[in-house]
Amino acid sequence: MSEFFVTFALFVVIYSPARSNENTDSMTVLTQSFDVLVVGGGNAGLCAAITARRAGARVLVLESATKDFRGGNSRHTRDIRYMHRAATDYVTGAYTEQEFWEDLRQVTGGETNEGLARLTIQNSEELGDWMRANGIHWQKPLRGTLHLAQSNLFMLGGGKAMMNAYYDTASRSGVQIAYESEVSELRIRDGEFLSAVVSGNGAAREVEAKAIVVAAGGFEANIPWLKEYWGNAADNFIIRGTKHNQGRMLKELLRHGGKPVGDPRGCHAVALDARAPKFDGGIVTRLDSVPFGIVVNKEVKRFYDEGEDFWPKRYAIWGKLIAQQPDQIAYSIVDAKALPHFMPSVFPPVEADSIAELASALGLDPKALVRAVDEFNRATRPGAFNPGSLDSCRTEGLDPPKSHWARPIDTPPYYGYPLRPGITFTYLGITVDERARVIMQDERPAKNIFAAGEVMAGNILGKGYLAGFGLTIGSVFGRIAGREAARRATA
Amino acid sequence: MPLPELVKEGERQMRICNACRYCEGYCAVFPAMELRRTFTKGDLVYLANLCFDCRDCYYACQYAPPHEFAMNVPKLMAELRADTYREFSWPAILSGLFKRNALAVALITGVSLVIIFVLVLGFMGRDILFATHLGEGAFYRVVPYAAMTIPPLVIALYGLVAFVIGAVRFWRETGGALSEVIDLKAFWRATQDAFGLSYMKGGGAGCNYPDAGFSQSRRWFHHLVFYGFLLDFASTSVAAFYDHLLGWQAPYPLLSWPVVLGTVGGVGLVIGTSGLLFLKWQSDRDPAEERMRSMDVAFLLLLSLTSMTGLLLLALRDTAAMGILLVIHLAVVAGLFITLPYGKFAHVVYRYAALVRYAIERRRIDAPGH
Repeated sequence: MSEFFVTFALFVVIYSPARSNENTDSMTVLTQSFDVLVVGGGNAGLCAAITARRAGARVLVLESATKDFRGGNSRHTRDIRYMHRAATDYVTGAYTEQEFWEDLRQVTGGETNEGLARLTIQNSEELGDWMRANGIHWQKPLRGTLHLAQSNLFMLGGGKAMMNAYYDTASRSGVQIAYESEVSELRIRDGEFLSAVVSGNGAAREVEAKAIVVAAGGFEANIPWLKEYWGNAADNFIIRGTKHNQGRMLKELLRHGGKPVGDPRGCHAVALDARAPKFDGGIVTRLDSVPFGIVVNKEVKRFYDEGEDFWPKRYAIWGKLIAQQPDQIAYSIVDAKALPHFMPSVFPPVEADSIAELASALGLDPKALVRAVDEFNRATRPGAFNPGSLDSCRTEGLDPPKSHWARPIDTPPYYGYPLRPGITFTYLGITVDERARVIMQDERPAKNIFAAGEVMAGNILGKGYLAGFGLTIGSVFGRIAGREAARRATA
Repeated sequence: MPLPELVKEGERQMRICNACRYCEGYCAVFPAMELRRTFTKGDLVYLANLCFDCRDCYYACQYAPPHEFAMNVPKLMAELRADTYREFSWPAILSGLFKRNALAVALITGVSLVIIFVLVLGFMGRDILFATHLGEGAFYRVVPYAAMTIPPLVIALYGLVAFVIGAVRFWRETGGALSEVIDLKAFWRATQDAFGLSYMKGGGAGCNYPDAGFSQSRRWFHHLVFYGFLLDFASTSVAAFYDHLLGWQAPYPLLSWPVVLGTVGGVGLVIGTSGLLFLKWQSDRDPAEERMRSMDVAFLLLLSLTSMTGLLLLALRDTAAMGILLVIHLAVVAGLFITLPYGKFAHVVYRYAALVRYAIERRRIDAPGH
């Protein structure tokens, strides 16, 4: 018995020092001096920090969230779009620069800077290997994402696992990280960054650095800012990602004469389950039931063709559609036969054996819903139902029509989901050049100010969305910004 | 958490997982989950026993605490497993042994030690116990043939019956017809998965064990324990064959099959159990479950003691310490085997059954068009 305890004790003694002590005391860190200051600890910020550190710079990352919530919106991601010349274990085929560019041109309707877009696409080719080398593991495309199997790489465990890997890599390579450290003000003179005012743990400090990378995201969590464009409707918006994307750094850059890019009103808005948490609900609160039933507003009126196109191509217009309805709420109504055709949702649907009961349970006028469903059912024409194609099940004489997957809602139990607009990100950003330098109003680049990620994504993605492309922009420009900032700071 | 509430909590968490699916690549739990939209108690019990507690999904989870969804799948699964082991154990009256498992295991082993010691002292006497015995049949001069063979046989048969009953209960609870079990291909697949610990690989990344870093060390230590145990089992079987069929009685020479297999297995067990205990000691408590922890530690310590007393007995079998070491070793072995159906060993049965079920189900998962 004693032998055992001796062995055990030996193990303990030998291995104990191997445990790392990762927690950084942010107040101590802030007094050191740095070459490159990275504001924002999401994907773009960490790509920049790791790259700058490898180039020899002393790097500090300021993350406004706690360690548990670090990573901004990147913690909610799951896949990244990248250019590649052949199939691998994880993608089913090649995705060429031309295909990539065509997809981007189509979704943006041309609202893109072709030079920066092509740079992003070309540089994305290295990302698969680079990310793998920095601790990210891949997995086969998730079930139900066939449309992305050729173009996108899926992170094993998703975006939080990716961010864990990046934080681990960054700390190991000597990047300093301060959590709960929010930058409230940038000191900039004649396009030259001097210092940042950082508040954290109840105190404010000024941190100087030779260059800054702003990777602090958009402003979608800033409800008063959203209200400037959406009025009080913005109170009913759900923010899918971090509550920390307040747009403070974007505002600071604009205040100091940075040149804006993108539609200030623009935001990526999808249909979410209305019961979702206000912030950080991430992927699970989306609802894919819309094409398989009807959607009515609180006045029990349909307002758009639910079966216009495949859901992945249409889900991003539904946020805006719902935002335009009274009280920014809508209800997706389906029957039992629709249930197997969409991803299970995070909140159980409201369930009833009749349409009238369902209406009562949802707080809608029962007579009106019965009438709306009857009217819809009468308008459906027989067709061959096929969720995998733009099928022949459509309505006739109905306004608005339902063009596909229109089957009578007649099989109890009936299910209802309340829907709200969910904001993924905003499009307004800061203009950059191909070296990730922030461009000022006079078209000249700032000397030592670089931007990466959502704060500059509007240069490339002026409208629409391509799945996994936010991470592409963030990774490519994060690396460019890190490289350029380190070059500037260590020159 | 009482079982009905645990099932409700399990359904809540699985519903969130099922709407996310980011962890699909880590193990079998998530692909199996995706075949379902609702989760009965049986479904949850099945998923819980497919879980190898690698904890990758916990650290990867965007909804882990302090997020308001408070997702903690490894802990949930461990709680469900602890309940499974208790609920399916036979006879029901002994299921209380799972409640304070470490204490029960220690007491049973201690009582075994006292009983064997008293019996040897009473029937054989001090002089025999503390004498040096050499040559063929030396062990039987301390503990007679019948005493050394009949009780272990009874204990082993009892354990076998308990586990068969447990496995049948598990299979029924998880919604399977018994006829489904006659599926050699599924058994072969499950056996490969069990022997390779396929789902302790974290989809190639390793386990987040003992902390958020990825490591394969837990899997390798487990391999040492598992194969060490099998080698010791083989050693005992060969020895039984020599003894009962060929009439060669122990102790066997150092370069004989029973001694070589037993020594290699014993060393593997000592290293493996120490490693696993060390990792467990270092591991993050947040995704852990207390009952399961104490069950794990009790079983690992007992396995470790079994192999260490066995090795010690081998080393000192030609000295006067042999008698007392034999008594201690037999007591530890008795404690191990009596508590086999009422402790962590149960995972072998239920995990394997879950792997068989998964092997049957995965045909649906792998089918084209799914």
